[in-house]
Amino acid sequence: MSNWIPLWLHKLGSPPTFYRFAGTLRPWAMVLALLFGAVALYGGLVLAPADYQQGDAYRIIFIHVPSAWMSMFIYGVMGVAAFIALVWRIKLAEVVAMESAPIGAAFTFITLVTGSLWGKPMWGTWWTWDARLTSELVLLFLYLGVIGLYHAFEDRRQGARAAAFLAIIGIINVPIVHFSVNWWNTLHQGSTINVFGPSKISWDMLWPLLCMMLATKFYYVASLFRRVRTDLLALEGGKDWVRQIAESEAGQ
Amino acid sequence: MSPLQTFFAMGGYAIYVWPAYAVFFIVLIVDTIAPRLRRRRVLRELRARLARQDARQQRARPDRASVDPIITPPSL
Repeated sequence: MSNWIPLWLHKLGSPPTFYRFAGTLRPWAMVLALLFGAVALYGGLVLAPADYQQGDAYRIIFIHVPSAWMSMFIYGVMGVAAFIALVWRIKLAEVVAMESAPIGAAFTFITLVTGSLWGKPMWGTWWTWDARLTSELVLLFLYLGVIGLYHAFEDRRQGARAAAFLAIIGIINVPIVHFSVNWWNTLHQGSTINVFGPSKISWDMLWPLLCMMLATKFYYVASLFRRVRTDLLALEGGKDWVRQIAESEAGQ
Repeated sequence: MSPLQTFFAMGGYAIYVWPAYAVFFIVLIVDTIAPRLRRRRVLRELRARLARQDARQQRARPDRASVDPIITPPSL
């Protein structure tokens, strides 16, 4: 019988188990994020050569593109967790969905600002209402909508359900962001990295980009776990396991 | 120009490249600090509530203190 995997998952879904699990993994995720981030910065800012067309301005790619990937990836995680929360009413899924939203909003904001700072010297404008930029802005508004709706309710779990519904509807925007450069004429350049087929970038520039992608992934795990742990304490305030933690952990 | 100056000049694009990296780090640092502060606040409120509960139980059953002399101080 190989039913220990669903059993383990079921157990992991219980707040005290996940609290401990996340508490063990979180520091490691943060260490890996800092490590990969430092290597990526050195590779991207120092080792990688200047671009033959864009000079050194292209170096914004090393934060802009990983942030843009995260803005979509986190929305995907949030959408799936929101779906699980709505269908199976699992408290942990609710918390993961709601605590993903601020991190996703942060990465979307970074994407928009760094894109703007890249656009000014390359396109001659900070902003243009083309498909890629507009859909990414809509993504930011969706994140802010989810956060706002969650906090608009007196009852947290009721708010989470309403916000989860919005998160699921908004998932339609993620493929629009991704394919916007192919579907519409745009100032924004096409995809540099292709999973299927050759990427249009030299290895010197590619490896720092991939390192930063890993760094942002690990950062998301670390940030999410810290947020989820706090949320679980707040939500389960009356329970014994929370009482033990409140009485044993000195203010950290 | 020294190599370090060349590095910071970013081929003339310094005013775009460095603010972009600054935004990246400032936003992520805020995203790291905000939950830390929230966690502290949640734990403080939890302890205050538990202390109130304990105090109420003490008032309701004053004899309990003699039976069970171990009382958790509210500061813990």
